[in-house]
Amino acid sequence: MKKLKIGDLEKLRDKVKRTAEVREGKCKAKITVHMGTCGIAAGARDIMAALMDGIERKKIKDVIVTTSGCAGLCSREPMVTVEVVGKPPVKYVDLTVEKIKKIVNSHIEKGLIVKECALAIGSERTH
Amino acid sequence: MILQDLSLHILDIAENSTDARATRIEITIEENIRKNRLLVRIRDNGRGMTKSAQLRALDPFYTTKKVRRVGLGLPMLAQAVREADGSLTIRSRPGTGTAITARFAYNHIDRKPIGNMAETIMNLVAGHGLNIDLLYKHRKHGLTYIFDTRIIKQGLRDVPITNPEVLTFLRKNIIKGLKALEKRRKK
Repeated sequence: MKKLKIGDLEKLRDKVKRTAEVREGKCKAKITVHMGTCGIAAGARDIMAALMDGIERKKIKDVIVTTSGCAGLCSREPMVTVEVVGKPPVKYVDLTVEKIKKIVNSHIEKGLIVKECALAIGSERTH
Repeated sequence: MILQDLSLHILDIAENSTDARATRIEITIEENIRKNRLLVRIRDNGRGMTKSAQLRALDPFYTTKKVRRVGLGLPMLAQAVREADGSLTIRSRPGTGTAITARFAYNHIDRKPIGNMAETIMNLVAGHGLNIDLLYKHRKHGLTYIFDTRIIKQGLRDVPITNPEVLTFLRKNIIKGLKALEKRRKK
């Protein structure tokens, strides 16, 4: 059966390392998908999948994608917080796969906030 | 609003482990079609639950959270188990860890499908891969797929396992690995 080989990982490591060197280890943005029970039930995992697909498709290298728990706004899930370095964090609510694609193309790639999906800009926490 | 499949329940329960400050999570799925059994287990080395917390763990209005007053994760898994005439076992000891085991009759009509485990594992790695070792074992048709972040981290050395490119690679690898389980071993 198909097995994950250490050799594959080393190849991947070298590839990632090269791109990392280009950007000197600097990260442009951190994207947090809220993955509490409420988020999961509302489709947060599909949002994460679409986000990863978008990042891969756009060949965006300098971002961190992570998850966090419930932020206490269960009725507005799925939620994602986008933090671009040096800018206030933006919390996006009531997300769909379509909306997250838009956020990747606009906010994450170009730094333009997708206002119609944002709950609030600034003074946001990721937890 | 409900969790559509078991892989979403697994993601949810494993998130509890991360809240319990686990450093290691083991997810086991055993599909035994011949004996008509399905086992799903999530085991961690987190802070564990006291006896009284265990008794209340299935109460939707019990939670240790501060941000809201309900905790639906385990109660919803318990419901999924109940609907399919399965059984749910919680074993936990403070300071040692917790193991949640759900057992089902494989062919029960109300048993939720397993769902997309590749997404579940990738989400857990993305969120907690730096702090937590994850071992995922999936057994079917006498074959076992093993995903062990300790081994993967060795191969990656100084590249973080949470790097988006690494995550995409791992997600595809899990999909392939699980697909290989579907091909029944030739006798």
